[in-house]
Amino acid sequence: MEIAVCIKRVPLLGSAIVLTPDGMAIDTSKLGFGLSPHEECAVEAAVQLVEANGGSVTLFSMGHVDGEEQIRDQLAIGADRAVLIDTNGVEPDPQAAASALAEAISTEDTTFDLVIMGSESADYGGSQTGIRVAHKLGLPVVTSVKGLKIEGGVATCERAVGSIREVYTVTLPAVITVRDGLNIPRYASVPGRMKARKKSVDIKQVTFDEPRITTKKFTIPDREAKGATSLGSGDEAAAALVDVLKQIGVLT
Amino acid sequence: MILVYVDHDRGEIDPISLQAISAATALDPDVQAVIVGHGGKELAGEIAAYGATAIHAGHHVDLFDFTPRAHARAVHSLIEKNSPRAVLAGGTPRGNEVLSHVAALMDAPFASECVSIVLTGADRADIVRARWAGNMLEEAVVVAPVLIASVQAHSFTAVAAAAPLSLTEFEVPLSEGDVLVRVQDRVGSSAGGVGLAEAKVVVSGGRGMDGPDAFSMLEDIAGVLGGAVGCSRVVTSAGWRPHAEQVGQTGTKVAPDLYIACGISGATQHIAGCKSSKTLIAINTDAQAPIMGFADYVVVDNVHTFLPLLIEKLKAANQK
Ligand SMILES: Cc1cc2nc3c(=O)[nH]c(=O)nc-3n(C[C@H](O)[C@H](O)[C@H](O)COP(=O)(O)OP(=O)(O)OC[C@H]3O[C@@H](n4cnc5c(N)ncnc54)[C@H](O)[C@@H]3O)c2cc1C
Ligand SMILES: Nc1ncnc2c1ncn2[C@@H]1O[C@H](COP(=O)(O)O)[C@@H](O)[C@H]1O
Repeated sequence: MEIAVCIKRVPLLGSAIVLTPDGMAIDTSKLGFGLSPHEECAVEAAVQLVEANGGSVTLFSMGHVDGEEQIRDQLAIGADRAVLIDTNGVEPDPQAAASALAEAISTEDTTFDLVIMGSESADYGGSQTGIRVAHKLGLPVVTSVKGLKIEGGVATCERAVGSIREVYTVTLPAVITVRDGLNIPRYASVPGRMKARKKSVDIKQVTFDEPRITTKKFTIPDREAKGATSLGSGDEAAAALVDVLKQIGVLT
Repeated sequence: MILVYVDHDRGEIDPISLQAISAATALDPDVQAVIVGHGGKELAGEIAAYGATAIHAGHHVDLFDFTPRAHARAVHSLIEKNSPRAVLAGGTPRGNEVLSHVAALMDAPFASECVSIVLTGADRADIVRARWAGNMLEEAVVVAPVLIASVQAHSFTAVAAAAPLSLTEFEVPLSEGDVLVRVQDRVGSSAGGVGLAEAKVVVSGGRGMDGPDAFSMLEDIAGVLGGAVGCSRVVTSAGWRPHAEQVGQTGTKVAPDLYIACGISGATQHIAGCKSSKTLIAINTDAQAPIMGFADYVVVDNVHTFLPLLIEKLKAANQK
């Protein structure tokens, strides 16, 4: 089974987001980078499928060339090779992003049985790239999947809607977008990391379509300063906490 | 005219869709709703009560439960026929999914998760949309003759505004590709007890719980308060608790009367899931942990020694 997985490098935020003075970007000078948990689950799912059925996993990532580090992390857990689409510091809008990803996927020598993506990116949260890529590739798409089984070329997908789970089936080739909770992504082993150094990461340049959504600036929404009341510690705090619960009506 | 896609599950309207109708009436009094599938047209009265002037109920023999691309086809056919200035939906998995398909069918932009929308010209709109699950906002300009946008949950209030109603039924023009992906089956959740998303009280644990065993204390507290147990992502990635209990950006978003965070640091992505709690109590050994800044009440103590004291007092109070 040949599987493509789309992953996006994002900053690992702490407890607050700090913007650059012009408000046009997050100040990442003190931040590390990683992937959205959705995409970590996407890679894990792909690696498990290839372990069970044979084939290979190709990663597609679009962004800064420094993202090679995050790509190597995923090669270390078992993906086979990667394509890095260099954006030269430009953030494409979702339409342009999907076109470029679909173009990269369809121009590979490999024909993919399955394209796995995140249900939404951590930073942009557009919830649309997977569906757009599916339309570009002429494939069916199932989204927000939290349970996945593939048998005889048919994927059975589950997704949570309120308190129930919907079951979808789709015949491959297809695009599937997945959510955190689909699996528990493994950690890279030392031999995995060694092997990853030798795997190929092809860097591609693209020119993006004109954006139709243009960012003017970013802001951080105000958080009301709550000025927490300290209840102290130990026995005294336990008694005070019970009083608070009575006050707010959750304990009668 | 503004067209609003109304999401429903077998005749139960998603409340975020009603918020989308109110967001639309603020842009243009001529708001028309589109609703697709089994049980849809029976909802006309409920939708009209929020100010939609016309309801288009789409049906087809092949449409019963949710079928994303077919719903998009229904919306798309109405766009072609009635030329709305904008198409809105609730920023829910289904709302975003249907509008993504519509945008892909039209090769048009889709501004998801908007908290503000202003139409500034025949093909321009100023929008503000949520990034990082609402921890950051993006001000942007969208250039499109038909604005396609979803509204972030709870950023608009659904306002009752009864309007005269016209109900039109139409057959959705489907092709084979539109019904390839559809709900085949529905499986009830096996989880007993109180559902996390609806719980009035959520008792949540993080890395500070040090392992799965200590969560039995959180179950005890949730039991006394009639609440649900939640957790941070560190806890689910370690396999201490099931993912269904994860609160946050990539877990469940909760809005209980009371959220108790035990041994949770308060990372942005965790706060994204619990910031709408009415009262937040944090229990943490570190008085400087970020969660303390979001809390209404804080206890600076070790969960392993403090929670047993709390449980004892809760049980005593409950027996009285
Ligand atoms: C894109 C993205 C999405 C994410 N989505 C989510 C999400 O949905 N939900 C989520 O939770 N996280 C999410 N995360 C992870 C998030 O960034 C944090 O890593 C995570 O929330 C931290 O969990 P924690 O607070 O349990 O652990 P830590 O940050 O390690 O904090 C542990 C806390 O426990 C305290 N403590 C330790 N021992 C004790 C003790 N004995 N008694 C009392 N207190 C103690 C410590 O002082 C500390 O404050 C996401 C990350 C990314 C990158
Ligand atoms: N720059 C990118 N590089 C690789 N994959 C991406 C990129 N942007 C989006 N994706 C994929 O598309 C999914 C949905 O993104 P979005 O539509 O922005 O919410 C993500 O989870 C990724 O799998």
